[in-house]
Amino acid sequence: MTAPDPTEPDPRPDGPGRDPVLTVTGLSVGTDRLNLVSDVSFTLAPGERVGLIGESGSGKSLTALALMGLLPEGVHAGGTVRLAGVDGNLVTSSERALSTVRGEAMAMVFQEPMTALNPVKRVGDQVAEAMTVHGRVRDRSAARRAAVGLLDRVRLPDPAGTARAYPHQLSGGQRQRVMLAMALANEPAVLLCDEPTTALDVTVQARMLELVTSTVAESGTALVFITHDLAVVATVCERALVMYGGRIVEAGPVGEVLSRPRHPYTRGLLDASDLTATDERGRLRTIAGSVPAAGGFPEGCVFRNRCPRADITCAAVPPWAGADSGYACWHPVERDE
Amino acid sequence: MSEPDNGGITTAPMLTVRGLRRSFTRPRASPLRSAPRVHALRGVSFEVTTGQRFGLVGESGSGKSTLVRLVSGLDRPTSGTVHFAGREISRLPDRRLRFLRERLQVVFQDPTGSLDPRMRVRDIITEPLVAQRHRDPAGRLVELLADVGLPPEAADRFPHQFSGGQRQRISIARALAPRPAMLVADEPVSALDVSVRAQILNLLSDLVQRYELTLVFVSHDLAVVRHLCDTTAVMHDGAIVELGPTRRVYDEPRHPYTRDLVAAVPTLRRALAGATASDLVRGSSLAEEAGADPTTATGAERTQP
Amino acid sequence: MSGVADHGGGWNGDRAATEARGAARTVNASLVTGGVLVATVILTALLSFLWTPHDPVHNDSGARLLDAGSPGHWLGTDKFGRDVASQLMAGARITLLVGVVAVGIAAVVGTPLGILAGMARRGVGEFLMRVNDLVLAFPALLLAIMFGAVFGAGTLTAMVAIGIATIPNFARIARGGTLQVLSHDYVQAARAAGRRPVGIALRHVLPNISGLVTVQCSVSFAIAILAEAALSFLGFGTRPPTPSWGRMLQESQELLFSAPALALWPGLAIALAVLGFNLLGDGLRDRLDPRLAERRT
Repeated sequence: MTAPDPTEPDPRPDGPGRDPVLTVTGLSVGTDRLNLVSDVSFTLAPGERVGLIGESGSGKSLTALALMGLLPEGVHAGGTVRLAGVDGNLVTSSERALSTVRGEAMAMVFQEPMTALNPVKRVGDQVAEAMTVHGRVRDRSAARRAAVGLLDRVRLPDPAGTARAYPHQLSGGQRQRVMLAMALANEPAVLLCDEPTTALDVTVQARMLELVTSTVAESGTALVFITHDLAVVATVCERALVMYGGRIVEAGPVGEVLSRPRHPYTRGLLDASDLTATDERGRLRTIAGSVPAAGGFPEGCVFRNRCPRADITCAAVPPWAGADSGYACWHPVERDE
Repeated sequence: MSEPDNGGITTAPMLTVRGLRRSFTRPRASPLRSAPRVHALRGVSFEVTTGQRFGLVGESGSGKSTLVRLVSGLDRPTSGTVHFAGREISRLPDRRLRFLRERLQVVFQDPTGSLDPRMRVRDIITEPLVAQRHRDPAGRLVELLADVGLPPEAADRFPHQFSGGQRQRISIARALAPRPAMLVADEPVSALDVSVRAQILNLLSDLVQRYELTLVFVSHDLAVVRHLCDTTAVMHDGAIVELGPTRRVYDEPRHPYTRDLVAAVPTLRRALAGATASDLVRGSSLAEEAGADPTTATGAERTQP
Repeated sequence: MSGVADHGGGWNGDRAATEARGAARTVNASLVTGGVLVATVILTALLSFLWTPHDPVHNDSGARLLDAGSPGHWLGTDKFGRDVASQLMAGARITLLVGVVAVGIAAVVGTPLGILAGMARRGVGEFLMRVNDLVLAFPALLLAIMFGAVFGAGTLTAMVAIGIATIPNFARIARGGTLQVLSHDYVQAARAAGRRPVGIALRHVLPNISGLVTVQCSVSFAIAILAEAALSFLGFGTRPPTPSWGRMLQESQELLFSAPALALWPGLAIALAVLGFNLLGDGLRDRLDPRLAERRT
């Protein structure tokens, strides 16, 4: 499709061997004063499910917003984002060009559906509008019927009745399903989910995760699932990208990254989230310190002020070791450690 | 119900809850209909003995937050009783609850909302001491900061100058200030980053051990309760549906709701062994709603190694 | 690495986005403009105690109705030959005095009333607020005129009447703020710590609604200035010979066509002072709004 730009070499060639549906190269996000995301590169194959793992301040949500062109006032992006079938670099595209892509080729589900839905509009009309706005369905009554069909597809009980309800009349889980129905309305090539189940109860989360995986499988949509929960990523995704301090520090197949991590941060995160593993004194393993505020991460390796392996070498930004799978660390954890 | 793991010493219950009910009246939606009643608690009974680590697990709307407010004397029940150290507290007015405020303290979920943004850390932590006319609040402050791992300079700062984990340390220090016998923690780690959560859980374990605290720990997170508590009560729809030693409740859940709950939690170990999202909903009642095939597998069978 | 000084946040990139918004914030123009106008009024009033170009109440029959720019009288003189600039300066005192006393009465009575209504049981709170609405529905000017008729017109009566009529505004703002503060867990934590209701009101509610009350003070100040001017204009306010902007306006009325500048100067002074306090109120609102304040950290 689009020829790779020779000035921006991609250090991570495509692994899966299929033409990627989304190619992100050297994506950066920042304000005038602060770099918030640096040098994020990855590709997404059609139908692939990728987990973007990170804690607060890791830059994972900003990365998603940058992909959608939805960054807040005063925050700007650099680098390239290319979507299969869409001309040009999305980062430099006009708002007009982006609005035809958003919801059509790339859609997003947010963490808090109550703020993402219009409180004074019936949910059926909102789902219908998601279709008519891109001209996919011209006839409004046809769009309404299609909306009920979509609500049925996300397994809302009584889809016709739900279509007539207002957002506040639905439960959190139901609202999140409505958001998913809207996101799937135009069968996008890429679906971004930003912590879609964090605000939900575990039993509701289980059903939502099952729904997301089965619907993207049906429609062949590629999924970027953003979360802080390692177990959720392991359950839903095939590949994982671990972000910390605005950088991808490790990437690879889920089974690989989450069972034999190479980056000390991934190792630490795995240890800290395993509440069944304790030392001889019954204490959980921890990562020292806390996540710095935006702009407070150290120069060089972003993790070095909390890392047990850090030394003088880490003052320089570690190069990416590997290709599609790999890590950015001077002193990686050995496979057998 | 309690486990006899305290050297055979028989202990009287510190907290006894009997037939606790609490209903709220919602504002009426229409003048023609009577105001709807919401039953947050529908008859809850349990006891917590001295030295026990009592976990209370439930999802949103299960009534666990209402229960926390009732046992800590911040709300009054519609019916039923709460005894703390042998004294009935649920009918007493605030001004007669001084003994309770000295011996039972609460750590709240949201480390931002539970600290007054206009107060310095010094005043936040010593608030229980000042309210109870302690002799040396300043001296106690130094001990408390050290106990929760904060530097002494922290005393002069404001809450917004701290990270989420550090704010929860401040909250814990305030709760420990009057040297309580019982600590009620309401989702204290739910709002924290994974890498910080383990630190706070370790801190809580240490403090419970060092000060021989009796712990009531409320959470929606089963893994956290499993790690910290010796006894677990599962709440659903305003009632306790299952209560027993933690290991038994998790490994051999008897109530169908507990089974669903245990099954619904994604774990790394199961996921890496190949479990998918549809395995999470394979508990009986959930499967029906999700339209998946009901199977006979229970959470217990899957969690066992 | 410094353990203490970093701040935490929610789960997602909110924090970064928040920082970005903070960086994009511009200097608060209304706060600066309002502050300058208000400071000018205050400094003028203070200066008038020490120095005015002429005695503001001295009638000079030889210098009646001089135009602005006349030697020694750069804003001219009125029909009694009094210097307009000196009267304006001295009039600022009355304006500020009325504002301070009226707003003081309203804030000191209204704020505790609002906190009480917010912290009392629901029924009691509702009752207090309905009474409040009744008083609010009563026009301030009418109340002042009635007071004037009963107790005799004068600056003091005007100030008290305006103050009483403004109490409900403060009560309403304070109650709203109190209910919001009470919804926070730190109030529950204070109760669990053993704080009594009075302690909670003083230690937690009052500091947290002080921003709201400050804004209300500034806005009410503007209203009080306007009310005093209107009362003096109607003859129910400040009595002669004390200079007052409202009365200057009234005295210029009969000469509106022959000497329009006499109405222009006090009118301009009132307008700028009112504008100043309103802008200051707006600026303070942006600055002290708790939701915005959290971003600024």
